[in-house]
Amino acid sequence: MDTDVLVEVKGISRYYGDTAAVKNISFIMRKGEVLGFLGPNGAGKTTTMQLISGNLAPSSGSITIASHDLLEDPRAAKAAIGYLPEQPPVYRDLCVDEYLDYAAVLNRIPRNRQREARDAAKEKCGLTQVGSRLIGNLSKGYQQRVGIAQAIIHMPPVVILDEPTVGLDPIQIREIRDLIQELGKDHSVILSSHILPEIQVTCNRVQIVDKGELVFNDTIDGLQKQLKGTSIKVAFRNTPDIPLIENIEGVISASKEADNFLKIFYQSDKNPTDELVKMSVDKGWGLTELQPGRISLEEIFVELTTHEFIARETDA
Amino acid sequence: MIFSIGWREFKTLFLSPLAWAILAVVQLILGYMFLGHIEQYLIWQSRLLGMEGAPGLTEIVAAPLFGNAAIILLLVVPLITMRLVSEERRNRTLSLLFSAPISMTEIILGKYLGILLFLFIVLLMITLMPLSLLVGGKLDFGLLSSGFIGLGLLLAGFAAVGLFMSTLTQHPTVAAISSFGILLLFWILDISGGQGNNDDNMLASLSLLNHYEPFLRGIFDSTDAIYHLLFITTFLVLSIRRLDADRLGG
Repeated sequence: MDTDVLVEVKGISRYYGDTAAVKNISFIMRKGEVLGFLGPNGAGKTTTMQLISGNLAPSSGSITIASHDLLEDPRAAKAAIGYLPEQPPVYRDLCVDEYLDYAAVLNRIPRNRQREARDAAKEKCGLTQVGSRLIGNLSKGYQQRVGIAQAIIHMPPVVILDEPTVGLDPIQIREIRDLIQELGKDHSVILSSHILPEIQVTCNRVQIVDKGELVFNDTIDGLQKQLKGTSIKVAFRNTPDIPLIENIEGVISASKEADNFLKIFYQSDKNPTDELVKMSVDKGWGLTELQPGRISLEEIFVELTTHEFIARETDA
Repeated sequence: MIFSIGWREFKTLFLSPLAWAILAVVQLILGYMFLGHIEQYLIWQSRLLGMEGAPGLTEIVAAPLFGNAAIILLLVVPLITMRLVSEERRNRTLSLLFSAPISMTEIILGKYLGILLFLFIVLLMITLMPLSLLVGGKLDFGLLSSGFIGLGLLLAGFAAVGLFMSTLTQHPTVAAISSFGILLLFWILDISGGQGNNDDNMLASLSLLNHYEPFLRGIFDSTDAIYHLLFITTFLVLSIRRLDADRLGG
């Protein structure tokens, strides 16, 4: 087996009664990757996270973490992961130090190294100042950090963070994002979110899930390449009728946008720009602006999760 | 690992006033009863002197005290055990334990151990009362230790039931009420057949009371001890299964 592969998920499904929360998801995560899980609410992100972290058993399929099977050898597999659920699993009536010590014990850190591990985790998560404060009295952002500290205290190769920035203020969000990027240097991180820019900023790989299925899996760069170049944005002084433009060879669709802009989608091998400029001159539309359209991640996300995009991909 | 979880659980108990309150209330009520029994003894003392083979101090004071303690703790133990798992489930902190490299058995045994430590303190505090009589009298240590062991086993059984009930629900109060219900049911199980012949009464042989009472008379019967151990094991195994089902089921 490839030693670089840290997490290997093979065809996992999870059913709650008749409802499938996760359907046949497979993927591989290598060392040093920050993998973003993206999906609308109820897409099965959290369930997937719970499955990978061993909090839930899959109805079918297998999960291998650092070449230990999660079901057959849970202890070794779980030792290789740190998990922060949606709601940080903190005991409100303990102080930060006590809590982290307990987390260290639970993760079987030898007694003589516990202090060191606790201090390192606190240092990383910016908790050095609040060691003796009660967790219940800390702000949500700090509780979240305590949750992350708990997940990394045993320096696991894989860290799983489930929506780590939900409910935080913008400054805290930025801090947590920085922290995640920092973590990405030493650990492989799986991150789930429904906030796109977050994934764009922090991850180098994206997976989009919808209704329990994996609908997209690529690197951020690959995604961005794909996003460019299949659309252009144009503006005219006299905006022509949309059907006229849609008749141009290669154009899939055109739509009006704000400020008199037209957004034109075309097949990737037939760029209609030449033809468009020619027609504009011939018919006196008065082309004023032309820019390569960049579909934002947001649009691709919306399209993927409403299934138009897939249809177009398969048609092309 | 089991000990670490137990120790944490034990320390957490004392973070809330509940544990202190329980210790205080139990001590207060039993102390009052203890004094009542002593008064009884003082009233009877002159008559007892004349009797042959008269019951001693331990039989008149310690045995009933342990009997009363069992009833009071039947009410109280569910209050301590109720939050063991249910509160963690409610606060979603259970995943800290679930994603750590430890087994369900370790989690359950750890939590159980924490409660046992607490109950051991309760037991010691209760036993201190009859021991204080040593200042001015003599005690039958055989009888006392048999009562001590009996109450210890009984409390361990209570705790196992409470722990299991706590794994079933998210609501501590539901856990408390249902474990109280089950314990009471096991206590009075022989009432229906109480009039008939106890020997062939199946229900009576399951009753907690019937297996506790001999200890108070100073009879250490291995059957009774085994009954308690089986009782404890059953509920612990059920708890482990239940936690496992959390992961597997819906």
